[in-house]
Amino acid sequence: MAVTESAITRKIVERASSGERVRELGFRVALLGCLLVAIVFLGVLIVDVSVDGLPFLSLEFFYTFPSRIFPEESGIQSALLGTLALMVLCAVFVVPIGVASAVYLEEYADRDRWINRTIEVNIQNLASVPSVVYGILGLAFIVRGPVDIFGLGVGQPTLLAGALTLGLLVLPIVIIVSREAIRAVPPSIREGSLALGATQWQTIWKQVLPGALPGVATGVILALSRAIGETAPLILVGAGAFQLFNPSIDGPFSALPIQIFNNVGEPEDIFRDLAAATILVLLGILLIMNSLAIYLRNRYENKW
Amino acid sequence: MAGSQIPGFSGHGGDPASALYRTRTRRSAGAQAIKGLLAAAAVRGGGGAAALLSVLTTTGIVITLASEAVNFFQVVGLADFFFDTDWAPLAGGDSQAFGVVPLIWSTLYLTGIGLIVAVPLGLGVGIYLAEYASPRVRRILKPLIEILAGIPTIVFGYFALTFFTPTVLKDIFSVDVSVFNGLSAGIILGILVLPTIASVSEDSLSAVPQSLREGAFGLGAAKRQVVTRVVFPAALSGVVAALVLGASRAVGETVVILVAAGNTPNLTFDLTVAHQNMAAFIANTARADVSQGGVAYLTIFAVGTTLFVMTLLLNLVAIRFVRKYRQVYE
Repeated sequence: MAVTESAITRKIVERASSGERVRELGFRVALLGCLLVAIVFLGVLIVDVSVDGLPFLSLEFFYTFPSRIFPEESGIQSALLGTLALMVLCAVFVVPIGVASAVYLEEYADRDRWINRTIEVNIQNLASVPSVVYGILGLAFIVRGPVDIFGLGVGQPTLLAGALTLGLLVLPIVIIVSREAIRAVPPSIREGSLALGATQWQTIWKQVLPGALPGVATGVILALSRAIGETAPLILVGAGAFQLFNPSIDGPFSALPIQIFNNVGEPEDIFRDLAAATILVLLGILLIMNSLAIYLRNRYENKW
Repeated sequence: MAGSQIPGFSGHGGDPASALYRTRTRRSAGAQAIKGLLAAAAVRGGGGAAALLSVLTTTGIVITLASEAVNFFQVVGLADFFFDTDWAPLAGGDSQAFGVVPLIWSTLYLTGIGLIVAVPLGLGVGIYLAEYASPRVRRILKPLIEILAGIPTIVFGYFALTFFTPTVLKDIFSVDVSVFNGLSAGIILGILVLPTIASVSEDSLSAVPQSLREGAFGLGAAKRQVVTRVVFPAALSGVVAALVLGASRAVGETVVILVAAGNTPNLTFDLTVAHQNMAAFIANTARADVSQGGVAYLTIFAVGTTLFVMTLLLNLVAIRFVRKYRQVYE
């Protein structure tokens, strides 16, 4: 970063020119314009989806199975339950592993060792690997591959296979957010605990983790909301649409994004509107999750 | 959705005090019974094992892609794959062709269109939020951008196909596009990566020390001059990281392209016709439920390897640039 003297002089000279005020205003308007485009886009998107989808939203919509033959009476029960089940399973898988990794990396790992540096770069990279690549991993390794955990029918396109794939997808996010939350607990808390004779594990379990909990919870919720919005990995692992039965852990499953995707692909217009109604449900779930995250952050945030 | 947007770029809190705990713990653990030591080792080992899972994930991805790609290249020559300009892996008989060039072209072309939209808009939003918005305005606007970042990509795809193409492109701007076209998908792709670029560039602009701004103001510079000639150049490595990350997301995006751009890769500049990128091809082929072990099934892995390597390179560049701006000011 070098501001040379001549550059500074040039700026002062320009300051004196009368055009500067106009340019200042123009720049500000241009920036506001960018923001406006983003916000108008968001507004139009939500209005468009609402106009198309709201007429189809009713109580029955939630507890009727989707149908290709009678779109007027179609609902989303199997897809909705599939998404909720994916979310729960994904959380069960990802929370303990993600938090344990974060604790290890923040509290135990020696940063100068090559293995820990490798883990670090690796997690950063994994967080931006395209989701379709996770789908390939899920397809080849979990659905068709050698892994069949506890004989739960992994080895087929099952709910568990889908949840594991999504879990791997959001694991880096959970680790990264948990690390940030753990790092935010000030060293003085740890020092106080250790000075009172607690072991390192007692310090982590009784002081650091409770202090980091709001941050971790917020991060986990956001990671899960990313997971349930994903379509591509589920296409790869073989999630179905228009499914006439509820998902089971070792059986075929559907999910809201997959149902939306298949509705969009149908030729008649009514399926597009059904897709819009399904999008509203998905956005509603995401909205609830995000409100919860914001509430947790504000309500339980620790001020050190 | 603050954390959901660009995970992976947290800083390093290398606090000097951590060495202190370690020696202290060792001492206190030594004073405890062997049981305590065992428990500590178990905790440490468990955490380490969990952290290693992330390495295993990468290993799994690489092994999966590489092993099946090797099988693919036993059937199709490397030169045919990378230089042939015909792509029809699902066709039968003589018309079957495995030249990946059209797929790579559509991928890069649509990414380019997306970036033309996303770079100015994203940087504009980032600069406004970091430099101009008052804390009160930021509190309202930032969540809106985060909402945009959190909308599932299938929703963007739906919007591109059912609203942007017919209403905006055809009715309002009278562009003669087909139902599935690259223009709509590319522009919506741009909106999709806008929040990524906005929030990474905002972070790097905010990391520029206040003293630089004050110095420039003290010399009589106007706000715009401070922002464009002092703060922006100072944050340049972070801004570059933002752009590269945005590009990486656009290259790997599946559903928007799959829904709005159709299923035909096209080696053409014409945006009014269908395009297909690598990720959309992978999803579309997997959906067709091709038989395992056949050449069509194997193309998923050959194309997947190409996509993975491309995004890996972009991500490593981005990680390097992020590290650079963190080192300068932290």
